[in-house]
Amino acid sequence: MSTLIHYLGRVGLNGLQNTGASALFLMRSLVGKPKFFKNARLLCQQMYYVGIFSLLIIVISGLFIGMVLGLQGYTILVQFGASQALGQLVALSLVRELGPVVTGLLFAGRAGSALTAEIGLMKATEQLASMEMLGVDPLRRIIAPRFWAGQISMPILALIFSAVAIYGGYMVGVQWLGVDSGAFWGNMQNAVSFKEDVVNGIIKSMVFGTLVTWIAIYQGYCCAPTSEGIARATTRTVVYGSLAILSIDFFLTAVMFGGVQ
Amino acid sequence: MKVNKQNESIVEIRNLSLTRGSQQIFNQINLTIERGKVTAIMGPSGCGKTTLLNVIGGQLPAQQGQVMVNGDNILALNSQQLYRVRRSMGMLFQSGALFSDMNVFDNVAFPIREHTNLCPLMVKDVVLMKLQAVGLRGARELMPHELSGGMRRRAALARTIALDPSLIMYDEPFAGQDPISMGALVKLIRLLNDTLDLTSVIVSHDVPETVSIADYIYLIAQGQVIGAGTPEALMNHSSSWVRQFMHGLPDGPVPFHYPAQNYANDLLGE
Repeated sequence: MSTLIHYLGRVGLNGLQNTGASALFLMRSLVGKPKFFKNARLLCQQMYYVGIFSLLIIVISGLFIGMVLGLQGYTILVQFGASQALGQLVALSLVRELGPVVTGLLFAGRAGSALTAEIGLMKATEQLASMEMLGVDPLRRIIAPRFWAGQISMPILALIFSAVAIYGGYMVGVQWLGVDSGAFWGNMQNAVSFKEDVVNGIIKSMVFGTLVTWIAIYQGYCCAPTSEGIARATTRTVVYGSLAILSIDFFLTAVMFGGVQ
Repeated sequence: MKVNKQNESIVEIRNLSLTRGSQQIFNQINLTIERGKVTAIMGPSGCGKTTLLNVIGGQLPAQQGQVMVNGDNILALNSQQLYRVRRSMGMLFQSGALFSDMNVFDNVAFPIREHTNLCPLMVKDVVLMKLQAVGLRGARELMPHELSGGMRRRAALARTIALDPSLIMYDEPFAGQDPISMGALVKLIRLLNDTLDLTSVIVSHDVPETVSIADYIYLIAQGQVIGAGTPEALMNHSSSWVRQFMHGLPDGPVPFHYPAQNYANDLLGE
C-alpha cells in the first residue's frame, strides 16, 4: 500500500515538475526584446512549413468528413421528415466541434510530430548547442517562431477544414441526395451564430493550436539526443497532444455551450 | 570579479568540481590556458574532456569552483551575460554541427547576420574570406549533407572564426578523419592560431597529431589533472601512467584486462 502511495506521489511530483519546466521553457522562449523584421521573416518561413504543408491533409480530411456527415445526417433526419435541417446539422457540428477538434488531431499528427522530430534532430546533431556557442539563443531563434507559427496556423486551418467540410456535406446532401439547396443554406444561415458558434470555434482552435505546438516544441527540445529518444518524443507529442485536445475540448464545450455559469 | 584582460592566461580554472548523478567527473581540478598558445586537453575516453569544454563554454554548470574566461567568471554569469561572452569564443563540435537547412555560405554568414548590421555585400566578402582561409570558397553553394566529414569540419571552422573570436575550442577535431583531411586540419588549427592571434584549446586523444601542434598539454584522468607540460616533457614523464598514454602502450598501470576473477577458475566454473 505504502509503495503504491509512494509511486503515485512520485508520478504526481514528476508531472508537476514537467508542467512547471515546460511553462518556464515557454516563457523563456517568448519573453524578451522582439526583433520585428528578423522575426517576421522567420515566422513566415515557419508558417509555410507548419501551415501550408498541413493544408493537403486538412482539405482532404475535411471534404470526406463533411461528406460522411451529410450522408449520416440525411439518413437520420429523413426518418423524421427533417432533411431540410441538414445544413444546420452539418454546419453546427463542424463549426462548434469537429472543425477545431479534428483539425487539432490532424495538426498534432502532421505538424506537431514534424516539429518535435526537427527540433530533436537539431539537438541530437548538436545544432542547438553550436547555436548557443555562436551567441544565439535557440529558444528565441528556433523555438519562438515555431510556437507562433503553430498558434496562428491552427485557427486558419480549422476554418479551412470547416469550410471544405460544409461543401462536402452540400455535395452529398444537395447534389446527390436531393435536399433543397435553399433550405440547406437558409437553415444553416439562421441556425449558425457568428458570435456564439464561429467565434467560439475559433477560440477552441487557438487553444488547441497553443497546446499542440507547446507540447511539440517542448518534447523536441527536451528529448534524449538519440534516434530512440527522438522517436519516443515524436510519439509522445501525438499522444499527449491528442489527449490534451480531447480533454480540454470537454471543458471548453461545457463553458461555451453547456450552460456552465 | 574582473581581472586584467591583457594578462597571460585567457582561461583559468580553479578548484573545479563537477558531479553528475553518482559519478564525480572533476574533483578540484586547476588548469590555466595561456593566451596565444595551442593547449591540448588529453585523456582516455569518458574522462570528461568534452565536459570540460562545455563547462568553459557555459553550457554545463559546475557545482563548485571558478572558471574565468577573459576575466569573466562563467559560473556566475546569467543567461544574457553568457551569450555576450560566447561571442568572443568559438567551439568546433566533433560533428561540425552545421545547420542542415542552410548551405555552407549561409552557415558561415549566420553569426555575422545575427550579431552585426553589415550590408549583404560586406557579409559576402567576410564569408568568402573565411571560406578561403579553410579552402572551401568553391564549396559555398553545397549543403552540409553534400560535404565529406573533413569538409564539414572545415566549414564549421569557418563559421567558428566568422566573428573573430579570441578563444577557439576544438572537440575531437581529428576523430574519424582520413590522413589528408587530418593533415589539413592539423595545419589549419596551427595556422589560424598563429595568423589570427587566437588561443586554441584542443580536446583529443589522438596523440601524434595533438603533440605535433600543441604548445602545452594537460592530461586528465579519474577527475584530476595527472600530468601537465610541454609535449616533450610529457613523452618523457616520470609517471608510468602518463608514459603509457602518450606512447599508446597496451598494458601498464591501466591494465589490458578489465578486473575479473582468476581466468582458470572462471573456465573451470569454480
